[in-house]
Amino acid sequence: MERIYVDHAATAPMHPKVIETMTKVMAEQFGNPSSIHAFGREARHLVDEARAQLAKSIGASPNEIIITSGGTEADNYALTGVAEANKEKGKHIITTVIEHHAVLHTCQQLEKRGFEVTYLPVDEQGKVSISDVQKALRDDTILVSIMYGNNEVGSLQPIQEIGEMLREHPAVFHTDAVQAYGLMNIDVKELNVDLLSVSAHKINGPKGIGFLYVKKDVKLAPILFGGEQERKRRAGTESVVSIAGFQEAVKVAQEEREEKVKQYREFKEILVNDLKEAQIDFSINGSLENSLPHVLNLSFPGTDVEAMLVNLDLAGIAASSGSACTAGSIDPSHVLVAMFGEKSEKLRNSIRFSFGLYNTTKQIHRVAESVAAIVKRITNR
Amino acid sequence: MKKDPKDTRVVVGMSGGVDSSVAALLLKQQGYDVIGIFMKNWDDTDEFGVCTATEDYDDVIRVCNQIGIPYYAVNFEKQYWDKVFTYFLEEYKAGRTPNPDVMCNKEIKFKAFLEHAMNLGADYLATGHYARVVERDGEVKMLRGIDENKDQTYFLNQLSQEQLEKVMFPIGDIEKSKVRELAKEAGLATATKKDSTGICFIGERNFKEFLGNYLPAQPGNMETLEGEVVGKHDGLMYYTIGQRHGLGIGGQGEPWFAIGKDLKRNVLFVGQSFHNDKLYSDSIIATDIGWVSNKAKPQVFECTAKFRYRQPDNKVTVHLLEDGKAKVVFDEPIRAVTPGQAVVFYDGDECLGGGTIDEIFKDGERLTYVG
Repeated sequence: MERIYVDHAATAPMHPKVIETMTKVMAEQFGNPSSIHAFGREARHLVDEARAQLAKSIGASPNEIIITSGGTEADNYALTGVAEANKEKGKHIITTVIEHHAVLHTCQQLEKRGFEVTYLPVDEQGKVSISDVQKALRDDTILVSIMYGNNEVGSLQPIQEIGEMLREHPAVFHTDAVQAYGLMNIDVKELNVDLLSVSAHKINGPKGIGFLYVKKDVKLAPILFGGEQERKRRAGTESVVSIAGFQEAVKVAQEEREEKVKQYREFKEILVNDLKEAQIDFSINGSLENSLPHVLNLSFPGTDVEAMLVNLDLAGIAASSGSACTAGSIDPSHVLVAMFGEKSEKLRNSIRFSFGLYNTTKQIHRVAESVAAIVKRITNR
Repeated sequence: MKKDPKDTRVVVGMSGGVDSSVAALLLKQQGYDVIGIFMKNWDDTDEFGVCTATEDYDDVIRVCNQIGIPYYAVNFEKQYWDKVFTYFLEEYKAGRTPNPDVMCNKEIKFKAFLEHAMNLGADYLATGHYARVVERDGEVKMLRGIDENKDQTYFLNQLSQEQLEKVMFPIGDIEKSKVRELAKEAGLATATKKDSTGICFIGERNFKEFLGNYLPAQPGNMETLEGEVVGKHDGLMYYTIGQRHGLGIGGQGEPWFAIGKDLKRNVLFVGQSFHNDKLYSDSIIATDIGWVSNKAKPQVFECTAKFRYRQPDNKVTVHLLEDGKAKVVFDEPIRAVTPGQAVVFYDGDECLGGGTIDEIFKDGERLTYVG
C-alpha cells in the first residue's frame, strides 16, 4: 500500500539536498564555533554563512538573527524576552486566541508573573480585525504578538497593516511565521515587524533548529544562560550540522517557492473538486483564497475526527486534526472554537490536510477518493 | 466461512496493562491484522497537567511498537460520564453498592468502543479479559476463564449474543502466570507492571475522599436493629453490607459489621459477629436480567450463581418474572448479599447471564433494613 503524507504542517521530510549537506558537515566538521583554533574557525564560518542566508531570506541583517532550538523557543524567547525587558514601561500584551500554544502558553505564564494579556478574537474565517488591535492598544502595551498564518486552518493575518499601524506606537511587534515562512514572501521591513519566529523542520529542514529575527535595537532579556553565543543573547554551543542543514533548506525553499505555491493551491482545488464530485457533504474551515497555500481544513458533518483519522491512517493516508493531540485528548481545537464557538459540530468532525514535498496530483486524487469512501461508510451507518 | 487471520481485522482494547498487552501479542502471533486502541474514559489530570492515563497510554505505545501494530487512542469521557458514572452516583445516593465495571462493559467497552472498532472496518473486538467465547449448539457461549482465580465473566454478564459474536478474549484460555511469562519472553514493556486494583476511575486514590468530592456526606448514627445507638457514621455511602472495617465501634464482645441502612433516618444498622443472622438471606428479586443466549429459557430452572466477584458458586433456583426480573432462591442462606451488586448465573463453565440485585428476602420476608 502506498503511503501518502498530507500532514506537512505538522512536520515535513528533509529535502535530499539538506540531508546531503548535513551528512557532509557531520562527517567533516565537529568544531565548536567559539574555539580559537582552526577547527573552531571552520565551524564558525559555516554558522556565519548560514546566518547570512537566513537573514537575507527575510530582508534582515545577520546580526538580527538569533538561532534557536526551533519555533517554540523562538516564540518563548520573543514574548518572555520582551516582557521582562520592558516591564518597567508597561505590563500589557496583545495577542490572538488562535496563536500556537508556544505563544498562548507563554502568555499564560506571563500572566502568572503579573503581565496582563488581551486575547483578540477572530472572525469565522479565522482572521483578526485590525480595528480590534487598534482598540486593544493602550499606553502601557509593550508587545503585540500575532501569527502570520494559522497552522490549523491556514488563515493569513493582516500583518503588514498591523505593522503599519504600530509605527505610531512603541509596542514591540512579534509575528510567529513558523507555518508561513518558506511559502509566503516575507520581508521584515515591509511588514514592519520587530520580531519573527521561524522553524526549520516545517520547510524540509532538520528538527530542533529555528531562528528568531530581532530587529536592531529591540531589547530582549535572555531566557537561557551560559556561554556567550549568539552575541550573548542565546547561550549554548551551536548545533552546527543542523544550522548548515537549515541554510540549505532555506536556499531550496527560496528557489522553489513560487512553483510550490502554485502547486499546493492546485492540490487544494483538486481535493475540494473531487469531494464535490463524489457528492460528499463538507465545508471549508476558513478561506480558500486568503490562506496559506498548503493548509486545507475541512469539516465533514456526521463524522467523527477520531474515526476519520484512524481510518485514513489504515488506508495509508496521514492527515491530522489540526494540532498534534495526546492520549485521547478531547480538548477541542482552540482555533476552531474561536471561529465557530464551543458548541459547533465542526470541533468534532474537522480534518486538516497539508501539502508539501513529494506530494503529487495523483496522490491528492487518491486522498480524495479515500476520504470520500470513509465519509460515506461512517455516515451511512 | 471464517476469513483467513491475515484478512481478519481485530481491534484490541489496550489499557496499558499486561493482560491486554499479551492479548494483542497473541493475536499478532496468530497472524491477525491487529490494531491497538487505548480508551480514555476518565480525566484525572492533576494540577501539573499530568494524568495517569497518559502514562498508561505511553505503555500502550511502547507495547504496540514492540509487537509491531498500529495504535490509536479514543475518548469516551462523555459517554462514560453519562452512562457509567451517573449510574454509579445514583446508586450510591440510593444507598446501594453499584458495580461500575459491569456497566462499563455493557455500555462502553462492548457498545461505544465496539461500534468504534466496527467503524474502523474491524471484524472483531478483543480485550484482555479472563473469559472465553466458544461457538456451540449454533450460538455463541461465554465460558469462565481457565484461570479460576482470575475469571472475569462476573463483570461481563450483561453481554449479548450480538456483542459476543464480535468479541475475542485471547487470554481466556491461559493462566495469569502464563500471561506474565509470555509478556516477559516477548520483552514487553508491561511484563512486570503491577495489576490495577479497585474501580478504574478511582485507581489508587482514597475511595472515601473520591466519593466525597461528588456526593455530600451526611454523618449520622449507627444503630442496632433494636434501635440502640452504638456509634456515629461518616455518611451511608461509605459502607457496604457485611463490611467490618471502618465502623470504629470498640468495646466488649464480638466485632461489629454493617448489616443495613435506613436512608430516611440516615442510620447505618450494625450488628455483632461475622455470622450475624441478620446478614443472611435466602432469596432475592433481581432486575435488568440479561441472558447471553437468545434461546427461550424454562420458567423455572436450577443453576449456580455468584452474588459478588470471586465468590464461590452457590446453588440456586431461578424463577423468571415479567419485565426482565427474576426471583432467585438459594439452596442455602448466603451472607451479605448486597443491593446494587450483580447476580451472575452459571451452568458449569458457562456464564448464562445476570442481573442487578434489587430486593433481599429471608424466610419469605423482605429484609427492608438491607435496602
